[in-house]
Amino acid sequence: MEPILKVRDLIVEYAVREGILQVVSKASLDALEGQITALVGESGCGKTTLIDGIMGTLPPNGYVRGGQVFFKDIDLLRLSERERQKIRWERIAMVFQAAQNSLNPVLRVADHFIETVEAHKRGLSKKEILEKASELLRKARLDPEVVLRSYPHELSGGMKQRVIIALSLILDPEFLILDEPTSALDIYTQSVIIDLLRAIHKEKNLSMLLVTHDLSIVAELAHRAAVMYAGKIIEVTDVNSLFHDPKHPYSRGLIGAIPSLIEDLSHKKPIPGNPPSLLNPPPGCRFHPRCPYATDKCKKEEPPLVKVNGGLVACWLYE
Amino acid sequence: MKESAEMPFIELQNVTKYFERGIMKKIRNYAVIDVSMKIYEGQIIALVGESGCGKTTLGKIIAGIIKPSEGRVLWLGKDIWKLSKKEFKQFRPLIQIVHQDPYASLNPARTVYQILAPVVKKYKNPRSKRELREIIIQYLEYVGLTPPSYFLNKYPHHLSGGMRQRLSIARAIIPSPKFIVADEPVSMIDMSLRLSVLKLMERLNKELGIGFIYISHDVATARYFAGKALLALMYLGRIVEKGPMDVVLRNPLHPYLRAILSASPIPDPKFAGKKRRIELKSAEVSTDILLKGCPFSHRCPFAVKKCFEKNPPFRDFGNGHMVACYLADELPEWVPPWREG
Repeated sequence: MEPILKVRDLIVEYAVREGILQVVSKASLDALEGQITALVGESGCGKTTLIDGIMGTLPPNGYVRGGQVFFKDIDLLRLSERERQKIRWERIAMVFQAAQNSLNPVLRVADHFIETVEAHKRGLSKKEILEKASELLRKARLDPEVVLRSYPHELSGGMKQRVIIALSLILDPEFLILDEPTSALDIYTQSVIIDLLRAIHKEKNLSMLLVTHDLSIVAELAHRAAVMYAGKIIEVTDVNSLFHDPKHPYSRGLIGAIPSLIEDLSHKKPIPGNPPSLLNPPPGCRFHPRCPYATDKCKKEEPPLVKVNGGLVACWLYE
Repeated sequence: MKESAEMPFIELQNVTKYFERGIMKKIRNYAVIDVSMKIYEGQIIALVGESGCGKTTLGKIIAGIIKPSEGRVLWLGKDIWKLSKKEFKQFRPLIQIVHQDPYASLNPARTVYQILAPVVKKYKNPRSKRELREIIIQYLEYVGLTPPSYFLNKYPHHLSGGMRQRLSIARAIIPSPKFIVADEPVSMIDMSLRLSVLKLMERLNKELGIGFIYISHDVATARYFAGKALLALMYLGRIVEKGPMDVVLRNPLHPYLRAILSASPIPDPKFAGKKRRIELKSAEVSTDILLKGCPFSHRCPFAVKKCFEKNPPFRDFGNGHMVACYLADELPEWVPPWREG
């Protein structure tokens, strides 16, 4: 399968009062055509920054320091802001974190669809736009008659999230980036959203990048997963291997630390220690202070991402 | 569970809490409706429910921070809202709260030392500055903020979510409480660290005999922390099912619990897309109906006429398993959705 998105050695930094904060450090990642790829990591590991770097949506004090990002054969980092804006939403759509709050409170849902399409000059009439919006809303199991007329505050969190997902699809993008699409939703609503995303993927074979801290959602939706720790991608593998045969000690620790409803929980345990500060990351492998297998080499030299049984792992154990 | 003959530490008797809004016409928003509950010393109770179900309000009522609109809260048999000033002063520190957001509940302008010092001064009567410092160090060590000397002069923003929650816990245990109301204590903490905070709370229960009201929307972490403890499931202000966690999860009887269990994601790709979710009828809820019928009747796929008319009383299904549902004994046998996959 061809990658639809290729990220190579991406470095993203923020200028902060204390100095330079390198939040993404030479991260490489492929999202394959027609698949759901998950980017999974804990808060502060740099996953949202990585996405912002790719999409050119970094806050003013953030910048891409190095690396390459290809969407199909387009080098995204070399585009002008205008060219990039055209690609955003038209070809790459994005559902932001806490997206429920990204709807404009003074616009009806229908106006969101109309504005979005007109901003991209598709030459559709209002009627055509609303017909298409209705179809998408129906797929999201919302009643377009009611929802299109509603203001955002009249909808529940789960309904707003479904509206946003429908809105992200209005221009028929080729690639959808979802940043924590189910956070802040109730369990039941969460599972409705998961089903919706699964259905969208099945119908159009739409390629997606799912950014999340929640491994259960990765298990539910993704085909492949890239695990991020302290600004680095440390393992890329298919989901089955991630859950049943994780290679990197951090991935192993993470899988062993999530309580579920069904297993015996007596062998579950937390990863010792705490994630490092990115202002002053540890030398060598960034996980070594918490790693039970760390050797002297791990403390000094940084492990490269290398092929191990069909996946990629950055760990000296697999040298 | 303890003998029922023993005096409960806290007892809720038909507690209802509503918030009023509107000027001309008062509209009541019910947060908690007619909850009765006995809480014994050292007990762990997991209070589980979705956002807006009233679990945080109920936690605050138990802690004596919110006064119920109706019903009574008894502490060793005495109504806490009728205590003398002196008695209330005795009662208040016995129940502490650990909040969900350790980023918001700690003063960002104070160091760890400055956060803990006033609490230690108030409750531990240190005779000197040195003793004050020593006591603070002991508590930091106890909650796993080691080496304490490293943490004393740190500000909250220097600490990770897990560390902050440990600090909140240190602050909560200094007054020697009998209970801690832990309101979603790990939901904002990194996954790799969640279990370590839960383990710390487990240790406080075992070593110091501190009981917990563990408030959470997540059955899986509740199961980890309170595996054999009491589960109380809340829906729109009411407790609808309760009993020992393992008993209830083996045979969930309230359609609401079955629905959320069937919707809970399982961290294993082999179940992906294979679970059969129990479909709910969703509808707007009105408080009129809420006060009358079963709170879940509007979404319940099994609801019959009487469910809309009168709130079902608790029925005993053995081993302490209580369910407030007319249909609990008529439901199809529970087959965990993940077993069918």
